[in-house]
Amino acid sequence: MTSVEQLLKTPFHQWHSEHHGRMVDFAGWSMPVQYQSIMDEHHQTRNSVGVFDVSHMGRLFFKGTAIDQFLDTLTTRRVAGVDVGRIRYSLMTNESGGILDDVLVYHLADASGAPFHMMVVNASNREKIVTWINSQIPSQSDIAVDDRTLSTAMIAIQGPKANAMVASMCSVNPADLKYYTGTAATLSDVSMILSRTGYTGEDGCELIVDSEQAQAVWDKVIQAAAVLGGGATGLAARDTLRLEAAMPLYGHELGEEINPAQTDLQFAINLKDRNFVGRDAILAAKNDASLPVRVGLELEGKRAAREDCEIFVDENKIGVVTSGTFAPTVQKSISMGYIEPAFTAPGTLVEIDIRGKRAAAKIVSLPFYSRS
Amino acid sequence: MSPEQLLYAESHEWVHVEEKDADKIATIGISAHAVEALTDLVYMDLPAVGATVTSGEPFGEVESVKATSELYSPVDGEVIEANTELPDNLEILGTDPYIAGWIIKVKLSNVDAIGKLMDHTAYEKMCCDS
Repeated sequence: MTSVEQLLKTPFHQWHSEHHGRMVDFAGWSMPVQYQSIMDEHHQTRNSVGVFDVSHMGRLFFKGTAIDQFLDTLTTRRVAGVDVGRIRYSLMTNESGGILDDVLVYHLADASGAPFHMMVVNASNREKIVTWINSQIPSQSDIAVDDRTLSTAMIAIQGPKANAMVASMCSVNPADLKYYTGTAATLSDVSMILSRTGYTGEDGCELIVDSEQAQAVWDKVIQAAAVLGGGATGLAARDTLRLEAAMPLYGHELGEEINPAQTDLQFAINLKDRNFVGRDAILAAKNDASLPVRVGLELEGKRAAREDCEIFVDENKIGVVTSGTFAPTVQKSISMGYIEPAFTAPGTLVEIDIRGKRAAAKIVSLPFYSRS
Repeated sequence: MSPEQLLYAESHEWVHVEEKDADKIATIGISAHAVEALTDLVYMDLPAVGATVTSGEPFGEVESVKATSELYSPVDGEVIEANTELPDNLEILGTDPYIAGWIIKVKLSNVDAIGKLMDHTAYEKMCCDS
């Protein structure tokens, strides 16, 4: 157990502590899992606006030439030659096709119009990915990783009222950006990167600002959210929100033991006319009909089937749960998991062993929730 | 029953023991402190009437959005009644954990475990210190 003193702190740590944040160790960071009720924080994001401190996510900037072509050798999705302004979700894999992380690759322009590349990676994988990328940079290349995670902060503002709220105080209206694009912007004279991205299934945006100026931005955003019936939202609600939206979470639906071909994330895998680390293993896995694949499960009753619960048809174990909870918006107990391909048709009836008791469940198509 | 009159286990269950005919009957619930720590309760699994419970062993579970927690029996005996209204009305635990929020009643097979429980003052001290 890491002591509290050793945990990394975001620029908003003191604010969280002063606002009933229940601070937990999350990937080496002291982060607020909730402030009050997880359900209330979940609903405020679905109905109004939730504000999340996601500064623990890794923010890696790149220096050098031909960065996009280099990154393209490491990502399952094509990121080379992407227009300035665009952001792409991708997986990164090792030689055997195991998923090292899921990432966002940004190709944006700074305030002076100069293009740059950056990447947002999971907090739990940041050091691993920095080491991995450094190990893959060709010896003659001038590319270098500039990890600015500790000198910047990141705020996610999510919900049906998020973009209009940000538009009222920012130089850019997020609604004018296409999904998965970003730009330089200012809010209260603070320079930042604004992107129309998120991890909740709601519309909204994310801000990246320098740590020294971050608190002023956070305070302004929180104040505006409160007027709309929204507010600070912890990691627990972020988890229930992303689960309803069927977004995978590294360490649960994604890991080094899982091949991208199993994940039902086809949009993030471009195998044609390109090469990258892990490509051959992904191609082989695509043609392997025996591998378990990711599905959604809906349970009868309110009991939650959480990570590691085994999934059965009669006495045959056919899979395992990777995430599960009672879902506040869909008002059902839902899970994601990996099961044998023969049982993946929606409507297939299965049973899940929850601490020795079987719960009836059925396979459902993903996502569990999509905004209207 | 006021919380000051109850006994408490380290695992945050409360106990009230009363004599009925020749038997000792323990009513068991969970403390307001436990309910506050759990938050967002969605489900509770109760034992069947007639089930045997053992002190320090789980007799049921309570599930929140975030996690599943076991309910530990603070006493030894046989379940004679379970509050079947509770699982569908878990908000009672938030508003009235010590009366309407009782969980099970147990006919004690012995009173050995009772002596290990804390009084309210000791329990409050434990919660404050942690």
